[in-house]
Amino acid sequence: MTRKQKRLALIASGAAVVSLAVGLVMFALRDNIVFFYSPTELAEKPATNGARLRIGGLVKPASLDRQGDQTVRFTVTDMKHDIAVTYTGLLPDLFREGQGVVAEGALRPDGVFHADSVLAKHDERYMPREVADALKKQGVWQEEGKSEGKPAAVPAQTAPQGAQAY
Amino acid sequence: MRNYANPTNFLAAARVATPILATLTGALLGVGLYLAWFVAPADYQQGETVRIMYLHVPAAWLSMFIYVTMTFAALGSLVWRHPLADAAQKAAAPLGAGFTFLCLVTGSLWGKPMWGAWWVWDARLTSVLVLFLIYLALVALWRTIEDPGKAARAAAIFTLVGAVNIPIIKFSVDWWNTLHQPASVFRLGGPAIAGSMLWPLLVMALAFTLLFLTLHIMAIRNEILRRRLRRLSIQTADADRSEFSAPASLGTAR
Repeated sequence: MTRKQKRLALIASGAAVVSLAVGLVMFALRDNIVFFYSPTELAEKPATNGARLRIGGLVKPASLDRQGDQTVRFTVTDMKHDIAVTYTGLLPDLFREGQGVVAEGALRPDGVFHADSVLAKHDERYMPREVADALKKQGVWQEEGKSEGKPAAVPAQTAPQGAQAY
Repeated sequence: MRNYANPTNFLAAARVATPILATLTGALLGVGLYLAWFVAPADYQQGETVRIMYLHVPAAWLSMFIYVTMTFAALGSLVWRHPLADAAQKAAAPLGAGFTFLCLVTGSLWGKPMWGAWWVWDARLTSVLVLFLIYLALVALWRTIEDPGKAARAAAIFTLVGAVNIPIIKFSVDWWNTLHQPASVFRLGGPAIAGSMLWPLLVMALAFTLLFLTLHIMAIRNEILRRRLRRLSIQTADADRSEFSAPASLGTAR
């Protein structure tokens, strides 16, 4: 081997070791790296005993219940499991039924998630209002957010915006 | 002298290319910003706030592109010991820090009205912050070690180790639950962004890339000239005081 090849081999093996180490660390810490748990992940977890955590999913359509004095109740869903959430405070502008949301708080023994902060989660779709309106008018919603006007035959109810993000 | 043939050629080419690139960058930035601010439609969810995306996304792409450029330059430094690669590495670090900073600031300004938070510690945001810190550390490293050859080698090793962060940034939104949305343009199944918004974004991305190329070439030029100046001043100093010290580094050591 020439000196250059030796150096290249040294760098390649170093890179392999570093990647492996970082990969293992991230795999071990995967529970801490996630920003939130989906309702399904939470259901599979052992009892959280009221520990602080974040849950994320879609606000279930027709689940929003405003109780006055800024208290709201809604359901977070990932289409498999639902979690009832109660929250007192200001909601972000993008908070809507069918829209992604991340709530921070604790799951109480009564099975209700008591949130003390709610963030809206935006999906990866960008389109002008007219396009979105036209798609809704046709009674179809885009599958996987294909933007070039090929609306797949998926009814709005079964494929809400950003559903594939979870 | 053989090693300096390339920097000399580079200087000659850069002298011609810089004004052309600068003109192109200016024109494309003008067109891109006009498209982004006045032509592109408002988003159905985000309204006018979507216009931040035309700065944020190109800045984010560039922050990673510059790091990849720097990684290749680091290989050139370590394996081939090429002085032009040293200069390219050094010149890229502050530019990368700048684009990453722009990405973080525009993202934060978008996050407050859309998410309801200036900052969250999710995997995407955190890994980009780490990228920013790596850039800053590289700038500091270059300034700490006085000998350019030694500085280049130390910075190259640091750059290669830090490169592990790039795939983490890119795939963070796929590997873990994050508040940050997944990729809209480079994704399986094609872009999830309407054509009327995609074109202004691509123009802005090209403009940012040209901006980086222009600044990078100018900075490499400065770095080469700075090194020549350093060598000349050392030679002069050695000639002046040859009876006191041996002619140590004439730049031929490497």
